[in-house]
Amino acid sequence: MEEAPLLAEIPRLRRYARALVGDRAAADDLVQDTLERAWSRRRSWQDDRPLRPWLFSIMHNLRLDQLRRPGIAPQPLDERIPEPGTRPTQSDALELADLAAALYRLPEEQRAVILLVALEDMSYDAIAQTLAIPRGTVMSRLFRGREHLRRLMAPESGVTHLRVVP
Amino acid sequence: MTPHPIHEDEFQAWADGRLPAERQAQVESYLEQHPDTRARLQAYQAQNRALQSLFQPVLEEDIPEHLQELLRPAPLLRQRFLTWPWQSAAAVLLVLSGALAGWQAHTYLPSPSLAAALPRQAAIAHAVYTPEVRHPVEVGADQETHLAAWLSKRLGAPLRPPRLGAQGFELVGGRLLPGGQGPVALFMYQDGGGQRLTLYVSGEGSGSGDTSFRFSREGDVSVFYWVDGGFGYALSGTLDKASLGTIATQVYQQLEAR
Repeated sequence: MEEAPLLAEIPRLRRYARALVGDRAAADDLVQDTLERAWSRRRSWQDDRPLRPWLFSIMHNLRLDQLRRPGIAPQPLDERIPEPGTRPTQSDALELADLAAALYRLPEEQRAVILLVALEDMSYDAIAQTLAIPRGTVMSRLFRGREHLRRLMAPESGVTHLRVVP
Repeated sequence: MTPHPIHEDEFQAWADGRLPAERQAQVESYLEQHPDTRARLQAYQAQNRALQSLFQPVLEEDIPEHLQELLRPAPLLRQRFLTWPWQSAAAVLLVLSGALAGWQAHTYLPSPSLAAALPRQAAIAHAVYTPEVRHPVEVGADQETHLAAWLSKRLGAPLRPPRLGAQGFELVGGRLLPGGQGPVALFMYQDGGGQRLTLYVSGEGSGSGDTSFRFSREGDVSVFYWVDGGFGYALSGTLDKASLGTIATQVYQQLEAR
């Protein structure tokens, strides 16, 4: 593996990490760790496989390690200030800010799936592989996450009654 | 009437534009009759678009300096400003520069006496102790805590043997050796086939500059060595260069991660 394709993936990795973690410095640390691990394992890499899913799965594993590591207390969700880097030029900037706030109130496992769909346009099967979970779990996290987000974004409407689908 | 009930997964797929063509018509006709479901799915589509707008600026940001330095590894080696947390970036840089620059980076690095003596001393220690059957180490891996505490105390810095289980090598134990001017710690590892590696750690590098990975062959023994933060490290073995290099990278990373 050469370094150029790896470097080309940095912007995508940074976007996903920022969206997932919320904090800019912590997200970039995660990207750095991902690149290091990828580089150290480059010998086990076959060039004909797509690079991006591999990098995302490395990042996912590193993130799980971080979350499991004792001593680093997860930040309380409500105190986490997202740094999306929004350019507030439109009236919908307010809505984006609301979305950012709501996003970090989701469980991270739901957020991850939503982001891989929305930002990366990754197929459901590829997400299942990346996160090492069954496809059914991907779908249920996607559904629950989206519903959660929808309700957080429209609090005045209360809980939407879901119709049982025949 | 619907021949198959529509599964929630299909609604998600519809919202993402991923529904198979043969189901499209049926889902569409269902949504015609159920505007509330349609509104719900349209809300998901709006979420996707909003998330894209929210994080699009990150794609356009300049890549931070410490990540960008991966692009130009060699010049950094001349600099001595490497402080945490950029050291771990340096780990990549060292490896990168070695691989990319064909190990020529060392030509403009300081060449301290420790780095010069390190591979030979390490290879000798390796050759002397690895054939030992009954007394390869002074303190065995079963007393790893004691081993780490003892060697840390003698070398005057916290020291813990790296774990190389993922590379197939388990810690046998360690011993204290005399170096040129002070104590040296030697850790020994062994794989399932009885092949042994030694990691030689010398605390005599306080006056030496950090170096990149270097490789040396001393007789049958291959040695990867480097100086970092006042310590000289040398990993010795009779493996091929590539395998030993992979393990040396792992050792380096584990030491840096502390």
